[in-house]
Amino acid sequence: MKERNFFNVVTVAIIALWLLIFAFIPNIMMFIISFFERSETGFFDVAFTLDNYKSFFSSLYFQVLFNSFKMATITTALVLLIGYPFAYILARSNFKYKSLLAILVIIPYWTSALIRTYAIKVLLTTNGIINTTLETVGIIDAPLNLLYTEGAVILGLVYTLLPFMILPLYATIDKLDVRYLEAAGDLGASRFKVFTYIIIPLTVPGIIAGCLLVFLPSLGLFYIPDILGGAKNLLIGNLIKDQFLLARNWPFGSAVSNLLMIIMAFMLFAYYKSAKKINSKVL
Amino acid sequence: MSEKYLKNIYLWMVYLFLYIPLFILIFLSFNSSRYGTSIGEFTLEWYVKLFDNKGLVEASLNSFILAISVATIATVIGTLASVSIFRFNFFGKNFLLTLIYVVLMSPDIVMGISLLILFLVIDLPLGFTTLLITHVTFSLPFVVIALFSRLAGFDKNIIEAAKDLGADSLKTFWYIILPSILPAVVAGWLLSFTISMDDSIGSFFTTGPGFEVLPLKIYSMVRLGVTPEVNALSTIIFGLSFILIVISQILLRDKTKTKFK
Repeated sequence: MKERNFFNVVTVAIIALWLLIFAFIPNIMMFIISFFERSETGFFDVAFTLDNYKSFFSSLYFQVLFNSFKMATITTALVLLIGYPFAYILARSNFKYKSLLAILVIIPYWTSALIRTYAIKVLLTTNGIINTTLETVGIIDAPLNLLYTEGAVILGLVYTLLPFMILPLYATIDKLDVRYLEAAGDLGASRFKVFTYIIIPLTVPGIIAGCLLVFLPSLGLFYIPDILGGAKNLLIGNLIKDQFLLARNWPFGSAVSNLLMIIMAFMLFAYYKSAKKINSKVL
Repeated sequence: MSEKYLKNIYLWMVYLFLYIPLFILIFLSFNSSRYGTSIGEFTLEWYVKLFDNKGLVEASLNSFILAISVATIATVIGTLASVSIFRFNFFGKNFLLTLIYVVLMSPDIVMGISLLILFLVIDLPLGFTTLLITHVTFSLPFVVIALFSRLAGFDKNIIEAAKDLGADSLKTFWYIILPSILPAVVAGWLLSFTISMDDSIGSFFTTGPGFEVLPLKIYSMVRLGVTPEVNALSTIIFGLSFILIVISQILLRDKTKTKFK
């Protein structure tokens, strides 16, 4: 099939050029700008510096980075805790409409994320459903302050990102070869042991893929704290946004964006490593 | 027996978690009580108010035109490229595939920011064109992935047969390949359409003052607070997205059935 013709060259060239010009080059530009100095008049001054990366450790920004990583870690852990059993039960079940049930998980993801965040806001407002119900039942006397808290932001992140964890997990667990589990059982392994020694190691690629799809966005989804958290709970995404739109400090904003790309690169690497390892072990 | 019970309960609890907030929105959009604190009468008042909002109607129209353009461009480029990538080996194929996956995985905010840098550096005025470029870039990987999953079940011998019978590349594509991947093409179009309609992060950075799009209009509305008009708007968008997704999923799923025939 090593044939070259006009049709093939043109079609590949268009997508390759598009992605080079509008994805690859912009990222390279961002990378380079992160080593430039801030300019008072323009976007940046062409002068090499590492100051942008050093300011990660200044007390002001370190707090934001630390807080954002903390929230992303909590979110990822919660989503994994909720999503793994769900994906496991669904994938190993023998429901007639199994694939339809899996699609039901995707549907909320394809509807505007803003609207889903807004839906959480509606739930949590002072005179919203939760407060009204609790008051009517008599559990509380005055409305609780649910909105504009760190918990609200985490709830928003978990709610928005849960499908991203469930889907890769579902795909890996669905592909799991039942014979391994049966073999382990026949050899006398308890159900707990089968789970920890067979099922979890074999689903590591799915776990990493899910964590990748959850952890990264939970650092960047700036509209969630904007809508649910007030100004207190800054994410890295809010920091990047403000550096570009308010502070007009492109070099520092680029450096923070690069941090996200570096994290992504590490997680992608871990994913490919684990997927390869499982494959070579299994096949 | 009781274990199976517990498992089912767990599944339904997660589904409730995913859907209850959306159902409450839909319910409130038809509820006459302004703050949703009490169950009032059925009303279409908020929908009427919504359509009286000129800025919102204009933003919806803008988004619609943009989404149709984005979906069409992304689908044409993505489909042609996927077929060629699937059929041929060429220099840099792995680099291109890696690039596609990295774009798919990249946080929206990083893509949006880096495109903003590009547009400002090359001095392209922010507006329709920049939004179009941004959304096509976001959508391309999704189109390619949808096409790849369909092409995976494609019998390459059919292409050889067409070639032996004298069809050139274009004819082979038009008469042999396209008809059998059509469901994935339509699904890719619908996915791109929803990506463009829903994207708020990319649009946030690459839109200009003259061209307001729906997600950003919604963003400014929901930041201010909870209003029944937004509930009505959300219900309409949820309904439309739901229909589009169901259609695209049906189209994508059919292939697994025909494959075994």
